[in-house]
Amino acid sequence: MSAIPVAVPANETPWKLPSRGRVGMFCLIVAESAIFAIFIAAYIFYIGKSLDGPTPRQILRIPIFTTICLLSSSLTIHWAIAALRKGKTGSFAAFWFITLALGAIFLAGTGREWRHLIYQEDFTIQTNLFGTTYYSLVGLHASHVIIGLIALTIVMILALLGKVKQEHWERCDVLSLYWHFVDAVWVVVFTVVYIVGR
Amino acid sequence: MASESIPLAIHKGPLAVVYEWLATVDHKKIGLMYIVYALLFLVVMGIEAMLMRVQLAHANATFLSPQVFNRLFTMHGTTGVFFVAMPILFGFGNYLVPLMIGARDMAFPRLNAFSFWMTAFGGLLLYASFFAGDGFSQAGIAPDVGWFAYAPLTSTAFSPGHSTDYWTLSLLVAGVGSIGGAVNFVATILCMRCPGMTLSRMPLLAWMNLVMGGLVLVTISPLTAAQFMLMADRYLSGHFFDTAAGGSVVMWMHFFWIFGHPEVYVLIIPCFAFISEIIPVFSRKAMFGYPAMVAATVSIGFVSLGVWAHHMFTVGMPSYGNAFFVLTTMVVAVPTGIKIFNWLATMWGGKIRFATPMLFGVGFLFQFLIGGLTGIMLATAPFDWQLGNSYFVVAHFHYIIVGGILFSIFAAFYYWYPKMTGRMLNETLGKWHFWIFVIGFHLTFDFMHIPGLLGMPRRVYTYEAGRGWETWNMISSIGAVFQAVAILLFVYNMIVSYFKGAPAGNDPWDAWTLEWSTSSPPPVYNFAAVPVVQSRRPLWDIKHPEDPDWKYE
Amino acid sequence: MQSKSLKSWWRRASQVAVSILCAASTASAALAASNDKPISPTNIFAPDSTPAHSIFRLSLFTLEIEGVIFVVVFSLLAYAVIKFRRRKHEDDSEPPQVYGSNQMELAWTVLPVLIVVVLFLSTAQVIHRVQDARRPAGTIEVTAVAHQFWWEYRYPQYDFVTSNELHVPVSDPGNPTPTYLGLLSADVDHSFWVPRLAGKTDLIPNHPNTMWIDPQETGLYLGQCSQYCGTQHAKMLLRVYVQSRDDFDRWVRQQQQPAVSDPSVAAGSALFITKACFACHTIRGTPAAGHVGPDLTHLMSRDTFASGAVPNTPENLRSWVHNPNTFKPGSLMPVPNLTETEQDQIIAYLLTLR
Repeated sequence: MSAIPVAVPANETPWKLPSRGRVGMFCLIVAESAIFAIFIAAYIFYIGKSLDGPTPRQILRIPIFTTICLLSSSLTIHWAIAALRKGKTGSFAAFWFITLALGAIFLAGTGREWRHLIYQEDFTIQTNLFGTTYYSLVGLHASHVIIGLIALTIVMILALLGKVKQEHWERCDVLSLYWHFVDAVWVVVFTVVYIVGR
Repeated sequence: MASESIPLAIHKGPLAVVYEWLATVDHKKIGLMYIVYALLFLVVMGIEAMLMRVQLAHANATFLSPQVFNRLFTMHGTTGVFFVAMPILFGFGNYLVPLMIGARDMAFPRLNAFSFWMTAFGGLLLYASFFAGDGFSQAGIAPDVGWFAYAPLTSTAFSPGHSTDYWTLSLLVAGVGSIGGAVNFVATILCMRCPGMTLSRMPLLAWMNLVMGGLVLVTISPLTAAQFMLMADRYLSGHFFDTAAGGSVVMWMHFFWIFGHPEVYVLIIPCFAFISEIIPVFSRKAMFGYPAMVAATVSIGFVSLGVWAHHMFTVGMPSYGNAFFVLTTMVVAVPTGIKIFNWLATMWGGKIRFATPMLFGVGFLFQFLIGGLTGIMLATAPFDWQLGNSYFVVAHFHYIIVGGILFSIFAAFYYWYPKMTGRMLNETLGKWHFWIFVIGFHLTFDFMHIPGLLGMPRRVYTYEAGRGWETWNMISSIGAVFQAVAILLFVYNMIVSYFKGAPAGNDPWDAWTLEWSTSSPPPVYNFAAVPVVQSRRPLWDIKHPEDPDWKYE
Repeated sequence: MQSKSLKSWWRRASQVAVSILCAASTASAALAASNDKPISPTNIFAPDSTPAHSIFRLSLFTLEIEGVIFVVVFSLLAYAVIKFRRRKHEDDSEPPQVYGSNQMELAWTVLPVLIVVVLFLSTAQVIHRVQDARRPAGTIEVTAVAHQFWWEYRYPQYDFVTSNELHVPVSDPGNPTPTYLGLLSADVDHSFWVPRLAGKTDLIPNHPNTMWIDPQETGLYLGQCSQYCGTQHAKMLLRVYVQSRDDFDRWVRQQQQPAVSDPSVAAGSALFITKACFACHTIRGTPAAGHVGPDLTHLMSRDTFASGAVPNTPENLRSWVHNPNTFKPGSLMPVPNLTETEQDQIIAYLLTLR
């Protein structure tokens, strides 16, 4: 026998459940936060414990410009979604592109910083505890930026091909949740590595 | 209107069938694949255990070399947690959750398939290690660092070669699968419930899979992080656990157990779910204290995140550190006890039918009680300074894993096999399975506590005569034979009943949740019309229109 | 799907029998802890040192409370299983549906919380008493360094190093002379567990620990490494010799001497250097000063070698030197490349190291 649907009593409110995409993305963010939490715990635990080798104060230069770029990209992606929600696909594409560019600048900045550290300061993951924890934590974050940029690029291409319409705003919003997460993690990593740890 | 359906005779060639299973995104097929996969590894695990029990039956035995023994216990533990327990519970959850919440599939069907195949591949990768190195007869280069792989034993200095890498990489891969599965459980349960099924009306199985899913998200990631760190040390000359560079190996222990302890709750909570569905149906009463059960499960989920260092009482933490973890560990026993009392209260005043699922359910209650009590002994840190890392601990966790988790899984098999296959499992064989397994289980694991009390540490390939350990080890080994026979009976039952079992019909147990409202096995779309519910037991309401649950909830 | 009253009776009976069996065997293990006929030299219920005594008392208290809990809950379960089983003659009507009771939930929450509070406080007290105990004057200090798969003992107060057999003086409760062990590791994680003397404490590289014992009776106490440390973890045994003060002092004086130098075994002592034994082992008073393997200065003063795994007889020594894997397959001592004569000479030399 199949279930005989019982009519919904009149006084019950209409049936509304949260969106799968948002919940799924929140779950992913929770899991990723846990990974970052462990790397941050390791970083904090090992502050000042390197037996030798350069200290953060000696070789780290605070990446103010790239940080501003990355954090601004949260704003621009928010504006992009708002535009798409109103159907303004042109503005959406523009803001989306700026977000992508800002993210790419951040990544390039990290690359430059690492090139300097590795080739000029002779500082690698093997150098000491600071090296191991620094490269793994910042590298973990950078890898998440890369994944985000790939996703953003795919949407950019689709937008340029005219395939992103107003009804897709919620899916883009889910992606922007990920991007906001990446930015939020950077706030924590930046504070721990460049402020507290120095 | 004619009520017979015209059978569609689509004859599929074998290749088409294989492709159908390989490419499926249907939660029921994926669930079945998880379950069969896990059963295969259960048999493998059992063989590993039997080999170890042969070696340990006598003092100073030479049946197995230390190298082979050390690989066996590592593989036995790793397989059991990651490639038997987790897949089988994910399998049952995958199969049942959409059906029980009135949905047509999980929230993300393709992610579901991806997660299964990642887990499956992880297991295959791990077992590939058996065939490398010196070959299968020497257990290859299977990892031999124990399932918790303490640093610095896992460093390249003390584990040269690739055995540890098999451990690390296979679990990384399986971990991705677990996280994907957990995302699916949470999203499905929160976003796909049928109309009328508020959170307070969904079956306890759904609640418990929700808590389990949330816990997996928070707990597998620390292991993933620790494994990245281990790989950095092994491959990139990193220093996370390198004591020569000032690194801390205790940090590995912290990170591992931050994963490891909630992990065991990940394993037991779905088992609570099975018991919470089975005991009410076979006692013919509603679950006693539904809100308390939900609250207890959620609080177990949260508190379990704060107890991990009770695995580290002997590591030399300061006294206040030890005391803190004693407190949290004992606190988590309170909601666990509450659940036992609620199950008892459900049985109280009922009309209990002792079909095989209920036999295993009662066995679960009895053994989980004892396992919980030995757990409290271990929570008392000074007592743990004696009992820790001994065979007492091995007996305790096998009591929970075999006596608790495996018993509830058997109960779930006997209960839901009719739904999945349309056939009943043979009751007589089921009872033989139960009794022989009970005898074997108690022979092995009751008496295993004693060598622990008499000073026998764990992970030893042999032991000295004259310490008073031999008799108890021999008894434990004999019990293993009974368990093996029972499992063979069980496998036989499942195979034979598939072809010759009595037809089950939709609802052989006269149960009350939505999965019993559809056919056995369900059609691929689960429900012809999306159900609408008004209470926690929609089928009770239909069967008892004069006394429906929604009047009392 | 019917119940058979006989079957459920059997189930209850077998569960009762099993639990009685468990209780009986545990009780007998505990009771037989008296020294008349010890069932085990490593019985945690036969304490002979203050840390082990404290743990024993706490464990009895815990077991008593848990025993009561078990009896109560098990009785309820057994009663429910018998009283509320469906009888054959009964119809299929459903029993009264009871959905819950807030009072009961409160009761079985509050009571366990109280039990937890009691257990926690008694536990915390013992933790503090053992871990934060103050050292009296007259404490013996030993540094134990764990290696894969042997134990090194340094006595800084007496300025010597020995291996594998720990000697301590007996402690008079009225005037305690405990032994404090500093615990270090040269390689991976290990754990020091001599059940009758104390709970176990781990030896972890870069993470020094301490523990203490004050054995109140002389004798030999056994134990073994309790943290998986590699291939031969199982044979990294512990032997603690508790001696009267006089015997202990005599032992110390003997250990402080440099190695016996017997010219009749000069060939063997020379081989010890040329065959690279010196690279791993120390023999004080000779050029051999290696730290990878045990100190052999007073090898023949010990009852066993290979960390308690092998009785110290000339035949066994011979087999060991010929191939360590005979006794401890996977031990880290490489197989020495020696001819028969060279083996004889080295053994003759080792046998003089009293």
